[in-house]
Amino acid sequence: MHLPISDKIELNILHQNSHQAEKNKVKFNNYNLLCLNIMSSPGAGKTRLLEITLEDLSKKFHSAVLEGDMTTNLDAARLEKLNIPVVPITTGRACHLDANMVCGGLKLLEKKINPDLLDILLVENVGNLVCPAEFEIGEHFKVALLSITEGEDKPLKYPIMFREADLILITKVDLLPHLNFDINELKSNIASTNPKADVIEISSITKSGFDLWQDWIRKKILKFKNN
Amino acid sequence: MTKCLILSMEEWAEKKNKKKIVVEKINLKIGEFTCVEPISLINTFNAAVLGSWLDSSEITIETIPFEGKCSKCNRLYFPKKENGYKSPCCNFNLEEIISGRELKIASIDFKEK
Repeated sequence: MHLPISDKIELNILHQNSHQAEKNKVKFNNYNLLCLNIMSSPGAGKTRLLEITLEDLSKKFHSAVLEGDMTTNLDAARLEKLNIPVVPITTGRACHLDANMVCGGLKLLEKKINPDLLDILLVENVGNLVCPAEFEIGEHFKVALLSITEGEDKPLKYPIMFREADLILITKVDLLPHLNFDINELKSNIASTNPKADVIEISSITKSGFDLWQDWIRKKILKFKNN
Repeated sequence: MTKCLILSMEEWAEKKNKKKIVVEKINLKIGEFTCVEPISLINTFNAAVLGSWLDSSEITIETIPFEGKCSKCNRLYFPKKENGYKSPCCNFNLEEIISGRELKIASIDFKEK
């Protein structure tokens, strides 16, 4: 045996994922396709949000979904009813989508539709407030959902997720009259963690806030297309 | 994360000729403001590499402190969850992160067979 050697590499552990995410982003850009990464804890309302959003959005923009789920295609089946291209990505034991999975999903999407014809790709990540925040997938924007039943303290408890998000949707606000919940405290905690994030209150029951959310998407698509 | 670490090690070793080296230590720098719990990473790594070419390698972790910069007075500070990550000097929201987001293999100590 020789003497020990120390190789100082200073290499990001996630560099392979980051590299693939960059490649995904180049593909999205070449297709002129805006990609949103939708993240939240399980049950915050991601799929219902997409159902309602796509009913309206798909009338104005050509949309598609990559639907991440650990073990089933149940959410993908719900969204397929909207007659838009949906590709389920079942992650197995993995608690998040990574850039390779999204690359695979995009290849399957390419078999369903020419992505040049699409305006927006919505990627519903696996329900989890931890790992999805660290794994880039090549998205242009990150959208985090937080339902009011989860508590005001979640931005402080899961700061990476809410720090990384470009937009935070506070969901299930129709339940506010029935809960002992301080929405101003939640907003203050969001601002502490990420003062730059846009914040929209939204309800899938009353549809309040959907106009603002749809407008946010529309502006992002138009700005992206004009760049 | 463990899988990403092992893949990074595989990639590094391919350039070194994996069969001719023994990795003694993998020295990581992990920021406090990441989704990685150091002890969990060590435990899962040790379990994942059992019987592999990395079986005898040890992980060391240098924790990089979570440090922010107050955007009002430019002072550096250590954000705390209990204080909503605000700067203690001016009670400003956390805008700039100076350190704590690191997820790095700093160096690898190895021997040639």
